[in-house]
Amino acid sequence: MIKFENVSKTYPSQERPALDGVNLEVAKGEFVFLVGLSGSGKSTFLRLVLKEENPTSGKIYVAGKDLSKLSGWKVPELRRQVGTVFQDFRLLPNKTIFENVAFTLHVLGYSQKEINREVPEVLELVGLEGYGDRRPSQLSGGEQQRVAIARAFVSHPAILIADEPTGNLDPTMSVGIMKLLDRINRTGTTVVMATHDSGIVDQMRKRVIELEGGLVVRDQVRGVYGYSG
Amino acid sequence: MRARFVLSEVGIGLRRNLTMTFAVIVTVATSLSLLGFGLLSNAQVGVMKDYWYDKIEVSIYLCGDLSETPSCSSGKITIPQKNQIEQDLKAIPVVQNVYYESQADAFKRFQERFKDSAIAQNVTPDQLPESFRVKLKDPTQFAVIQSAFSGRPGVDVVQDQRAILEKFFRLLNVLRNGALFIGLISVLTAALLISNTIRIAAFNRRRETGVMKLVGASSFSIQLPFLLESIFSAIFGWTVALGLLSGFKVLVDQRVAPLLTFTRFFGWDAVWIASLQLLGVGLLVASLASLITLRRFVKV
Repeated sequence: MIKFENVSKTYPSQERPALDGVNLEVAKGEFVFLVGLSGSGKSTFLRLVLKEENPTSGKIYVAGKDLSKLSGWKVPELRRQVGTVFQDFRLLPNKTIFENVAFTLHVLGYSQKEINREVPEVLELVGLEGYGDRRPSQLSGGEQQRVAIARAFVSHPAILIADEPTGNLDPTMSVGIMKLLDRINRTGTTVVMATHDSGIVDQMRKRVIELEGGLVVRDQVRGVYGYSG
Repeated sequence: MRARFVLSEVGIGLRRNLTMTFAVIVTVATSLSLLGFGLLSNAQVGVMKDYWYDKIEVSIYLCGDLSETPSCSSGKITIPQKNQIEQDLKAIPVVQNVYYESQADAFKRFQERFKDSAIAQNVTPDQLPESFRVKLKDPTQFAVIQSAFSGRPGVDVVQDQRAILEKFFRLLNVLRNGALFIGLISVLTAALLISNTIRIAAFNRRRETGVMKLVGASSFSIQLPFLLESIFSAIFGWTVALGLLSGFKVLVDQRVAPLLTFTRFFGWDAVWIASLQLLGVGLLVASLASLITLRRFVKV
Protein backbone atom coordinates (compact mmCIF):
# COMPACT_ATOMS: atom_id res chain seq x y z
CA MET A 1 0.00 0.00 0.00
CA ILE A 2 2.82 2.36 0.96
CA LYS A 3 6.40 1.70 -0.11
CA PHE A 4 9.48 3.87 0.49
CA GLU A 5 12.63 2.99 -1.45
CA ASN A 6 15.75 4.66 -0.12
CA VAL A 7 13.86 7.92 0.41
CA SER A 8 15.69 11.03 1.59
CA LYS A 9 14.28 14.47 2.12
CA THR A 10 16.31 17.56 2.85
CA TYR A 11 14.45 20.85 3.23
CA PRO A 12 16.01 23.78 1.39
CA SER A 13 16.86 25.79 4.50
CA GLN A 14 18.36 22.88 6.44
CA GLU A 15 21.58 20.95 6.26
CA ARG A 16 20.55 17.77 8.00
CA PRO A 17 18.05 15.59 6.09
CA ALA A 18 14.61 15.18 7.66
CA LEU A 19 14.49 11.65 6.26
CA ASP A 20 17.68 9.80 5.45
CA GLY A 21 17.54 6.77 3.17
CA VAL A 22 14.30 5.32 4.50
CA ASN A 23 13.22 1.88 3.27
CA LEU A 24 9.92 0.50 4.44
CA GLU A 25 6.73 -1.08 3.26
CA VAL A 26 3.23 -1.03 4.71
CA ALA A 27 0.96 -3.78 3.41
CA LYS A 28 -2.73 -3.47 2.69
CA GLY A 29 -4.86 -3.65 5.82
CA GLU A 30 -1.97 -3.08 8.24
CA PHE A 31 -2.11 -0.89 11.31
CA VAL A 32 1.17 0.95 11.84
CA PHE A 33 2.32 3.28 14.61
CA LEU A 34 4.92 5.81 13.64
CA VAL A 35 6.80 6.91 16.76
CA GLY A 36 9.74 9.13 17.51
CA LEU A 37 10.61 12.46 19.05
CA SER A 38 9.61 15.77 17.53
CA GLY A 39 11.80 16.42 14.52
CA SER A 40 12.49 12.72 13.98
CA GLY A 41 10.85 12.81 10.55
CA LYS A 42 7.29 11.55 11.28
CA SER A 43 5.56 14.58 9.80
CA THR A 44 7.86 14.59 6.77
CA PHE A 45 6.96 10.94 6.21
CA LEU A 46 3.23 11.74 6.22
CA ARG A 47 3.67 14.79 4.00
CA LEU A 48 5.56 12.70 1.47
CA VAL A 49 2.78 10.09 1.41
CA LEU A 50 0.28 12.85 0.55
CA LYS A 51 2.69 14.37 -1.98
CA GLU A 52 2.58 17.67 -0.13
CA GLU A 53 6.34 17.46 -0.49
CA ASN A 54 8.55 15.66 -2.98
CA PRO A 55 11.51 13.56 -1.83
CA THR A 56 15.03 14.78 -2.57
CA SER A 57 15.90 11.26 -3.68
CA GLY A 58 14.36 7.80 -3.66
CA LYS A 59 11.03 6.42 -4.76
CA ILE A 60 7.64 6.41 -3.07
CA TYR A 61 4.68 4.24 -4.04
CA VAL A 62 1.24 4.87 -2.57
CA ALA A 63 -1.83 2.79 -3.50
CA GLY A 64 0.05 1.40 -6.48
CA LYS A 65 1.15 4.77 -7.81
CA ASP A 66 4.72 5.92 -8.31
CA LEU A 67 4.49 9.41 -6.83
CA SER A 68 7.49 10.72 -8.76
CA LYS A 69 5.56 10.03 -11.96
CA LEU A 70 2.33 11.55 -10.66
CA SER A 71 1.71 14.89 -12.34
CA GLY A 72 0.39 17.81 -10.31
CA TRP A 73 -3.17 17.66 -11.54
CA LYS A 74 -3.41 13.99 -10.53
CA VAL A 75 -2.44 14.64 -6.92
CA PRO A 76 -6.10 15.18 -5.91
CA GLU A 77 -6.82 11.68 -7.16
CA LEU A 78 -4.14 10.34 -4.81
CA ARG A 79 -5.56 12.28 -1.89
CA ARG A 80 -9.01 10.79 -2.49
CA GLN A 81 -7.52 7.41 -1.64
CA VAL A 82 -5.86 8.67 1.51
CA GLY A 83 -8.03 9.94 4.34
CA THR A 84 -6.31 12.27 6.82
CA VAL A 85 -6.93 13.14 10.45
CA PHE A 86 -5.00 15.76 12.41
CA GLN A 87 -4.36 16.65 16.00
CA ASP A 88 -6.34 19.91 15.59
CA PHE A 89 -9.41 18.28 13.92
CA ARG A 90 -9.65 20.96 11.19
CA LEU A 91 -13.43 21.08 11.11
CA LEU A 92 -15.32 23.94 9.43
CA PRO A 93 -16.86 25.94 12.30
CA ASN A 94 -19.64 27.47 10.18
CA LYS A 95 -21.00 24.15 9.04
CA THR A 96 -22.98 21.56 10.94
CA ILE A 97 -21.55 18.14 11.72
CA PHE A 98 -23.56 16.67 8.86
CA GLU A 99 -22.26 19.34 6.43
CA ASN A 100 -18.69 18.85 7.61
CA VAL A 101 -18.81 15.15 6.81
CA ALA A 102 -20.81 15.72 3.63
CA PHE A 103 -18.18 18.22 2.47
CA THR A 104 -15.88 15.39 1.35
CA LEU A 105 -18.66 13.79 -0.65
CA HIS A 106 -19.69 17.12 -2.21
CA VAL A 107 -16.12 17.70 -3.30
CA LEU A 108 -15.97 14.22 -4.79
CA GLY A 109 -19.21 14.82 -6.71
CA TYR A 110 -21.60 12.50 -4.84
CA SER A 111 -25.31 13.12 -5.38
CA GLN A 112 -27.47 14.47 -2.56
CA LYS A 113 -29.19 11.10 -2.33
CA GLU A 114 -25.90 9.27 -1.84
CA ILE A 115 -24.82 11.88 0.70
CA ASN A 116 -28.05 11.46 2.64
CA ARG A 117 -27.36 7.74 2.80
CA GLU A 118 -23.60 7.73 3.50
CA VAL A 119 -23.29 10.49 6.10
CA PRO A 120 -25.69 9.10 8.74
CA GLU A 121 -24.10 5.69 8.26
CA VAL A 122 -20.59 6.94 8.99
CA LEU A 123 -21.84 9.13 11.86
CA GLU A 124 -23.29 6.01 13.39
CA LEU A 125 -19.97 4.19 12.86
CA VAL A 126 -18.09 6.87 14.83
CA GLY A 127 -20.79 6.90 17.51
CA LEU A 128 -22.30 10.30 16.73
CA GLU A 129 -25.74 9.36 15.46
CA GLY A 130 -28.14 12.25 16.03
CA TYR A 131 -25.33 14.84 16.19
CA GLY A 132 -25.79 15.93 12.54
CA ASP A 133 -27.41 19.29 13.27
CA ARG A 134 -24.88 20.48 15.84
CA ARG A 135 -21.90 22.72 15.23
CA PRO A 136 -18.31 21.71 16.03
CA SER A 137 -18.16 24.26 18.87
CA GLN A 138 -20.96 22.37 20.68
CA LEU A 139 -18.91 19.16 20.76
CA SER A 140 -16.13 17.94 23.04
CA GLY A 141 -12.62 17.44 21.64
CA GLY A 142 -13.11 13.69 21.42
CA GLU A 143 -16.39 14.13 19.58
CA GLN A 144 -14.82 16.64 17.20
CA GLN A 145 -12.06 14.16 16.41
CA ARG A 146 -14.72 11.54 15.70
CA VAL A 147 -16.27 13.96 13.21
CA ALA A 148 -12.87 14.44 11.59
CA ILE A 149 -12.44 10.69 11.33
CA ALA A 150 -15.93 10.37 9.87
CA ARG A 151 -15.04 13.01 7.29
CA ALA A 152 -11.81 11.22 6.39
CA PHE A 153 -13.47 7.81 6.19
CA VAL A 154 -16.85 8.60 4.61
CA SER A 155 -15.51 8.09 1.09
CA HIS A 156 -13.90 4.78 2.16
CA PRO A 157 -10.28 5.58 1.29
CA ALA A 158 -7.76 2.76 1.03
CA ILE A 159 -5.44 4.42 3.54
CA LEU A 160 -6.14 6.46 6.64
CA ILE A 161 -3.36 8.68 7.94
CA ALA A 162 -3.64 10.04 11.45
CA ASP A 163 -1.14 12.62 12.70
CA GLU A 164 -1.27 12.65 16.50
CA PRO A 165 -5.05 12.16 16.53
CA THR A 166 -5.11 11.84 20.33
CA GLY A 167 -2.64 14.66 20.96
CA ASN A 168 -5.31 17.05 22.22
CA LEU A 169 -7.46 14.51 24.03
CA ASP A 170 -7.58 13.15 27.54
CA PRO A 171 -6.85 9.42 28.05
CA THR A 172 -10.47 8.21 28.17
CA MET A 173 -11.32 10.02 24.96
CA SER A 174 -8.14 8.70 23.40
CA VAL A 175 -9.17 5.13 24.11
CA GLY A 176 -12.44 5.73 22.30
CA ILE A 177 -10.63 7.15 19.28
CA MET A 178 -8.25 4.19 19.19
CA LYS A 179 -11.16 1.76 19.31
CA LEU A 180 -12.67 3.62 16.39
CA LEU A 181 -9.44 3.54 14.37
CA ASP A 182 -9.11 -0.15 15.12
CA ARG A 183 -12.66 -0.74 13.87
CA ILE A 184 -11.88 1.18 10.69
CA ASN A 185 -8.71 -0.89 10.26
CA ARG A 186 -10.79 -4.07 10.51
CA THR A 187 -12.81 -2.98 7.45
CA GLY A 188 -9.58 -3.46 5.45
CA THR A 189 -8.37 0.12 5.57
CA THR A 190 -4.64 0.60 6.05
CA VAL A 191 -4.03 2.89 9.04
CA VAL A 192 -0.81 4.80 9.67
CA MET A 193 -0.79 6.74 12.91
CA ALA A 194 1.97 9.05 14.10
CA THR A 195 1.90 9.43 17.87
CA HIS A 196 3.68 10.36 21.08
CA ASP A 197 1.22 8.45 23.22
CA SER A 198 3.19 5.54 24.67
CA GLY A 199 0.23 4.18 26.60
CA ILE A 200 -1.78 3.69 23.47
CA VAL A 201 1.05 2.08 21.53
CA ASP A 202 1.83 -0.33 24.36
CA GLN A 203 -1.81 -1.28 24.71
CA MET A 204 -2.61 -1.85 21.03
CA ARG A 205 0.42 -4.06 20.28
CA LYS A 206 0.53 -3.22 16.58
CA ARG A 207 3.48 -2.79 14.25
CA VAL A 208 5.72 0.06 15.44
CA ILE A 209 8.13 2.00 13.25
CA GLU A 210 10.43 4.29 15.16
CA LEU A 211 12.20 7.18 13.49
CA GLU A 212 15.19 8.99 14.93
CA GLY A 213 17.02 11.77 13.11
CA GLY A 214 15.46 10.74 9.82
CA LEU A 215 16.46 7.09 10.13
CA VAL A 216 14.30 4.04 10.81
CA VAL A 217 15.82 2.77 14.04
CA ARG A 218 13.19 0.13 14.77
CA ASP A 219 10.50 -1.74 12.88
CA GLN A 220 8.76 -4.19 15.13
CA VAL A 221 5.68 -6.35 14.71
CA ARG A 222 3.37 -6.14 17.75
CA GLY A 223 5.72 -3.57 19.22
CA VAL A 224 5.64 -1.15 22.12
CA TYR A 225 6.46 2.54 22.40
CA GLY A 226 9.84 2.49 24.15
CA TYR A 227 12.84 0.35 23.56
CA SER A 228 12.06 -3.12 24.75
CA GLY A 229 15.42 -4.50 23.89
CA MET B 1 -18.71 18.72 -7.49
CA ARG B 2 -22.34 19.41 -8.13
CA ALA B 3 -23.40 22.80 -9.45
CA ARG B 4 -25.74 23.40 -6.56
CA PHE B 5 -23.00 22.83 -3.99
CA VAL B 6 -20.63 25.19 -5.87
CA LEU B 7 -23.32 27.86 -6.11
CA SER B 8 -24.17 27.61 -2.42
CA GLU B 9 -20.46 28.02 -1.58
CA VAL B 10 -20.36 31.06 -3.90
CA GLY B 11 -23.41 32.52 -2.16
CA ILE B 12 -21.82 32.00 1.28
CA GLY B 13 -18.61 33.60 0.03
CA LEU B 14 -20.34 36.66 -1.42
CA ARG B 15 -22.40 37.21 1.70
CA ARG B 16 -19.52 36.67 4.10
CA ASN B 17 -17.48 39.26 2.24
CA LEU B 18 -20.38 41.63 1.70
CA THR B 19 -18.55 44.96 1.96
CA MET B 20 -15.82 43.83 -0.40
CA THR B 21 -18.40 42.44 -2.81
CA PHE B 22 -20.15 45.79 -2.73
CA ALA B 23 -16.87 47.63 -3.38
CA VAL B 24 -16.09 45.38 -6.33
CA ILE B 25 -19.56 45.90 -7.81
CA VAL B 26 -19.34 49.68 -7.46
CA THR B 27 -15.83 49.85 -8.92
CA VAL B 28 -16.72 47.62 -11.83
CA ALA B 29 -19.88 49.64 -12.44
CA THR B 30 -18.09 53.01 -12.47
CA SER B 31 -15.13 51.85 -14.52
CA LEU B 32 -17.31 50.15 -17.11
CA SER B 33 -19.56 53.23 -17.26
CA LEU B 34 -16.58 55.50 -17.91
CA LEU B 35 -15.34 53.14 -20.56
CA GLY B 36 -18.88 53.05 -21.94
CA PHE B 37 -19.00 56.84 -22.19
CA GLY B 38 -15.78 56.66 -24.16
CA LEU B 39 -17.27 54.09 -26.49
CA LEU B 40 -20.46 56.15 -26.90
CA SER B 41 -18.52 59.33 -27.68
CA ASN B 42 -16.65 57.31 -30.25
CA ALA B 43 -19.97 56.21 -31.73
CA GLN B 44 -21.12 59.85 -31.65
CA VAL B 45 -18.06 60.99 -33.61
CA GLY B 46 -18.84 58.26 -36.14
CA VAL B 47 -22.47 59.35 -36.43
CA MET B 48 -21.49 62.98 -36.86
CA LYS B 49 -18.87 62.14 -39.47
CA ASP B 50 -21.40 60.14 -41.46
CA TYR B 51 -23.94 62.92 -41.15
CA TRP B 52 -21.65 65.78 -42.03
CA TYR B 53 -19.39 64.10 -44.56
CA ASP B 54 -22.55 63.29 -46.41
CA LYS B 55 -23.33 66.99 -46.63
CA ILE B 56 -19.97 68.61 -47.05
CA GLU B 57 -18.47 69.60 -50.32
CA VAL B 58 -15.33 71.03 -51.73
CA SER B 59 -15.94 74.56 -53.00
CA ILE B 60 -13.91 75.89 -55.89
CA TYR B 61 -14.43 79.62 -55.80
CA LEU B 62 -13.93 81.27 -59.15
CA CYS B 63 -12.34 84.63 -59.85
CA GLY B 64 -14.69 87.58 -59.78
CA ASP B 65 -14.13 91.32 -60.09
CA LEU B 66 -13.09 91.60 -56.47
CA SER B 67 -10.72 88.60 -56.27
CA GLU B 68 -7.13 89.41 -55.28
CA THR B 69 -5.22 86.10 -55.48
CA PRO B 70 -2.40 85.88 -58.10
CA SER B 71 -4.30 83.32 -60.16
CA CYS B 72 -7.01 85.94 -60.62
CA SER B 73 -4.67 88.63 -61.93
CA SER B 74 -6.26 88.49 -65.37
CA GLY B 75 -9.63 89.42 -63.89
CA LYS B 76 -12.98 87.64 -63.94
CA ILE B 77 -12.99 84.01 -65.12
CA THR B 78 -13.81 83.47 -68.77
CA ILE B 79 -16.49 81.15 -70.09
CA PRO B 80 -14.00 78.73 -71.78
CA GLN B 81 -11.98 78.51 -68.52
CA LYS B 82 -15.16 77.70 -66.64
CA ASN B 83 -16.19 75.02 -69.11
CA GLN B 84 -12.71 73.49 -69.00
CA ILE B 85 -12.79 73.32 -65.19
CA GLU B 86 -16.17 71.63 -65.20
CA GLN B 87 -15.00 69.12 -67.81
CA ASP B 88 -11.81 68.37 -65.86
CA LEU B 89 -13.74 67.94 -62.63
CA LYS B 90 -16.09 65.42 -64.15
CA ALA B 91 -13.11 63.41 -65.42
CA ILE B 92 -11.69 62.88 -61.91
CA PRO B 93 -12.73 59.45 -60.51
CA VAL B 94 -13.27 60.49 -56.86
CA VAL B 95 -15.74 63.20 -57.88
CA GLN B 96 -19.29 62.11 -57.32
CA ASN B 97 -21.05 65.12 -58.77
CA VAL B 98 -20.41 68.72 -59.63
CA TYR B 99 -22.82 71.52 -59.14
CA TYR B 100 -22.33 75.01 -60.46
CA GLU B 101 -23.41 77.87 -58.25
CA SER B 102 -23.84 81.19 -60.03
CA GLN B 103 -23.60 84.56 -58.32
CA ALA B 104 -27.41 84.70 -58.31
CA ASP B 105 -27.60 81.27 -56.60
CA ALA B 106 -24.96 82.31 -54.10
CA PHE B 107 -26.94 85.47 -53.35
CA LYS B 108 -30.12 83.48 -52.78
CA ARG B 109 -28.37 81.11 -50.37
CA PHE B 110 -26.73 83.99 -48.60
CA GLN B 111 -30.04 85.74 -48.14
CA GLU B 112 -31.54 82.57 -46.71
CA ARG B 113 -28.78 81.90 -44.30
CA PHE B 114 -28.53 85.43 -42.96
CA LYS B 115 -32.17 86.38 -43.30
CA ASP B 116 -32.38 87.75 -39.75
CA SER B 117 -29.14 89.68 -40.00
CA ALA B 118 -28.49 93.20 -41.21
CA ILE B 119 -25.64 91.91 -43.36
CA ALA B 120 -28.13 90.53 -45.91
CA GLN B 121 -29.37 94.03 -46.67
CA ASN B 122 -25.93 95.28 -47.70
CA VAL B 123 -24.85 92.50 -50.05
CA THR B 124 -25.49 92.46 -53.77
CA PRO B 125 -25.14 89.41 -56.08
CA ASP B 126 -22.04 90.76 -57.84
CA GLN B 127 -20.10 90.84 -54.54
CA LEU B 128 -20.43 87.09 -54.10
CA PRO B 129 -18.18 84.65 -55.95
CA GLU B 130 -19.52 82.05 -58.32
CA SER B 131 -18.26 78.54 -57.54
CA PHE B 132 -18.27 74.85 -58.31
CA ARG B 133 -19.57 72.72 -55.50
CA VAL B 134 -17.89 69.36 -55.74
CA LYS B 135 -19.12 66.32 -53.90
CA LEU B 136 -16.51 63.60 -53.44
CA LYS B 137 -17.14 59.88 -53.20
CA ASP B 138 -14.61 59.82 -50.39
CA PRO B 139 -14.47 63.10 -48.46
CA THR B 140 -10.91 62.43 -47.34
CA GLN B 141 -9.63 62.63 -50.92
CA PHE B 142 -9.67 66.42 -50.86
CA ALA B 143 -5.97 66.70 -51.79
CA VAL B 144 -6.67 65.45 -55.30
CA ILE B 145 -8.92 68.42 -56.03
CA GLN B 146 -6.66 70.80 -54.18
CA SER B 147 -3.59 69.91 -56.25
CA ALA B 148 -5.48 69.89 -59.54
CA PHE B 149 -7.24 73.25 -59.26
CA SER B 150 -5.52 75.40 -56.67
CA GLY B 151 -3.60 78.21 -58.40
CA ARG B 152 -5.10 77.51 -61.78
CA PRO B 153 -5.96 80.65 -63.76
CA GLY B 154 -9.55 81.66 -63.07
CA VAL B 155 -9.67 79.75 -59.75
CA ASP B 156 -9.65 81.94 -56.68
CA VAL B 157 -9.63 79.55 -53.73
CA VAL B 158 -10.22 75.82 -53.26
CA GLN B 159 -11.88 75.33 -49.92
CA ASP B 160 -12.55 72.06 -48.09
CA GLN B 161 -15.49 72.33 -45.73
CA ARG B 162 -14.15 69.29 -43.95
CA ALA B 163 -11.29 71.38 -42.61
CA ILE B 164 -13.79 73.37 -40.55
CA LEU B 165 -15.40 70.20 -39.22
CA GLU B 166 -12.05 68.60 -38.48
CA LYS B 167 -11.40 71.08 -35.69
CA PHE B 168 -14.68 70.11 -34.13
CA PHE B 169 -13.96 66.42 -34.52
CA ARG B 170 -10.54 66.90 -33.02
CA LEU B 171 -12.18 68.33 -29.92
CA LEU B 172 -14.57 65.41 -29.78
CA ASN B 173 -11.67 62.99 -30.17
CA VAL B 174 -9.88 64.56 -27.23
CA LEU B 175 -13.00 64.12 -25.12
CA ARG B 176 -13.38 60.53 -26.28
CA ASN B 177 -9.74 59.70 -25.61
CA GLY B 178 -10.02 61.26 -22.18
CA ALA B 179 -13.07 59.15 -21.33
CA LEU B 180 -11.40 55.99 -22.65
CA PHE B 181 -8.18 56.72 -20.77
CA ILE B 182 -9.91 57.33 -17.45
CA GLY B 183 -12.09 54.31 -18.16
CA LEU B 184 -9.08 52.08 -18.73
CA ILE B 185 -7.37 53.30 -15.58
CA SER B 186 -10.43 52.62 -13.52
CA VAL B 187 -10.79 49.19 -15.11
CA LEU B 188 -7.24 48.56 -13.94
CA THR B 189 -8.25 49.73 -10.48
CA ALA B 190 -11.17 47.33 -10.57
CA ALA B 191 -8.81 44.50 -11.54
CA LEU B 192 -6.53 45.27 -8.58
CA LEU B 193 -9.50 45.47 -6.24
CA ILE B 194 -10.80 42.12 -7.48
CA SER B 195 -7.36 40.64 -6.97
CA ASN B 196 -7.13 41.96 -3.41
CA THR B 197 -10.67 40.84 -2.63
CA ILE B 198 -9.73 37.33 -3.66
CA ARG B 199 -6.60 37.44 -1.55
CA ILE B 200 -8.68 38.36 1.48
CA ALA B 201 -11.34 35.79 0.64
CA ALA B 202 -8.68 33.12 0.15
CA PHE B 203 -7.19 33.99 3.53
CA ASN B 204 -10.61 34.00 5.21
CA ARG B 205 -11.43 30.64 3.75
CA ARG B 206 -8.08 28.91 4.17
CA ARG B 207 -9.77 26.34 6.42
CA GLU B 208 -12.27 25.39 3.73
CA THR B 209 -9.68 25.31 0.97
CA GLY B 210 -7.35 23.36 3.25
CA VAL B 211 -10.04 20.74 3.91
CA MET B 212 -10.93 20.65 0.21
CA LYS B 213 -7.30 19.95 -0.64
CA LEU B 214 -7.18 17.31 2.04
CA VAL B 215 -10.12 15.34 0.73
CA GLY B 216 -8.82 15.50 -2.83
CA ALA B 217 -10.58 18.39 -4.53
CA SER B 218 -8.94 19.37 -7.80
CA SER B 219 -7.39 22.80 -7.93
CA PHE B 220 -10.04 23.82 -10.46
CA SER B 221 -12.88 22.97 -8.09
CA ILE B 222 -11.12 24.78 -5.23
CA GLN B 223 -10.65 27.89 -7.35
CA LEU B 224 -14.01 27.80 -9.08
CA PRO B 225 -16.07 29.40 -6.27
CA PHE B 226 -13.60 32.32 -6.06
CA LEU B 227 -13.64 32.75 -9.82
CA LEU B 228 -17.44 32.63 -9.94
CA GLU B 229 -17.67 35.18 -7.13
CA SER B 230 -15.66 37.76 -9.04
CA ILE B 231 -17.49 36.96 -12.26
CA PHE B 232 -20.87 37.40 -10.54
CA SER B 233 -19.73 40.69 -9.03
CA ALA B 234 -18.48 41.83 -12.44
CA ILE B 235 -21.77 40.92 -14.11
CA PHE B 236 -23.67 42.75 -11.40
CA GLY B 237 -21.45 45.82 -11.87
CA TRP B 238 -21.96 45.59 -15.61
CA THR B 239 -25.73 45.59 -15.14
CA VAL B 240 -25.44 48.81 -13.15
CA ALA B 241 -23.22 50.31 -15.88
CA LEU B 242 -25.77 49.25 -18.50
CA GLY B 243 -28.45 51.09 -16.53
CA LEU B 244 -26.29 54.21 -16.32
CA LEU B 245 -25.53 54.18 -20.04
CA SER B 246 -29.20 53.67 -20.93
CA GLY B 247 -30.08 56.55 -18.62
CA PHE B 248 -27.47 58.64 -20.40
CA LYS B 249 -28.98 57.74 -23.77
CA VAL B 250 -32.48 58.74 -22.60
CA LEU B 251 -31.06 62.00 -21.23
CA VAL B 252 -29.39 62.75 -24.57
CA ASP B 253 -32.57 62.00 -26.48
CA GLN B 254 -34.88 64.00 -24.26
CA ARG B 255 -32.75 66.91 -23.09
CA VAL B 256 -29.77 67.36 -25.43
CA ALA B 257 -31.08 66.40 -28.87
CA PRO B 258 -33.89 69.02 -28.93
CA LEU B 259 -31.31 71.74 -28.18
CA LEU B 260 -28.67 70.67 -30.68
CA THR B 261 -30.62 70.14 -33.86
CA PHE B 262 -27.65 70.54 -36.21
CA THR B 263 -26.61 66.92 -35.81
CA ARG B 264 -27.94 63.45 -35.19
CA PHE B 265 -27.02 61.49 -32.09
CA PHE B 266 -25.90 57.90 -31.55
CA GLY B 267 -28.75 55.37 -31.55
CA TRP B 268 -29.68 52.54 -29.20
CA ASP B 269 -27.67 50.19 -31.36
CA ALA B 270 -24.52 52.01 -30.24
CA VAL B 271 -25.59 51.51 -26.62
CA TRP B 272 -26.10 47.75 -27.14
CA ILE B 273 -22.82 47.32 -28.97
CA ALA B 274 -20.97 49.24 -26.26
CA SER B 275 -22.71 47.12 -23.59
CA LEU B 276 -21.59 43.90 -25.20
CA GLN B 277 -18.04 45.19 -25.44
CA LEU B 278 -18.19 46.25 -21.80
CA LEU B 279 -19.50 42.83 -20.78
CA GLY B 280 -16.55 41.29 -22.59
CA VAL B 281 -14.11 43.64 -20.89
CA GLY B 282 -15.72 43.04 -17.48
CA LEU B 283 -15.64 39.25 -17.78
CA LEU B 284 -12.12 39.23 -19.15
CA VAL B 285 -10.74 41.52 -16.46
CA ALA B 286 -12.53 39.69 -13.64
CA SER B 287 -11.39 36.25 -14.84
CA LEU B 288 -7.83 37.29 -15.51
CA ALA B 289 -7.45 39.11 -12.20
CA SER B 290 -8.96 36.12 -10.36
CA LEU B 291 -6.97 33.43 -12.12
CA ILE B 292 -3.66 35.22 -11.69
CA THR B 293 -4.37 35.81 -7.99
CA LEU B 294 -5.65 32.27 -7.43
CA ARG B 295 -2.54 30.79 -9.00
CA ARG B 296 -0.52 32.54 -6.34
CA PHE B 297 -2.74 32.23 -3.30
CA VAL B 298 -4.80 29.08 -3.66
CA LYS B 299 -2.37 26.35 -4.49
CA VAL B 300 -3.02 22.63 -4.29
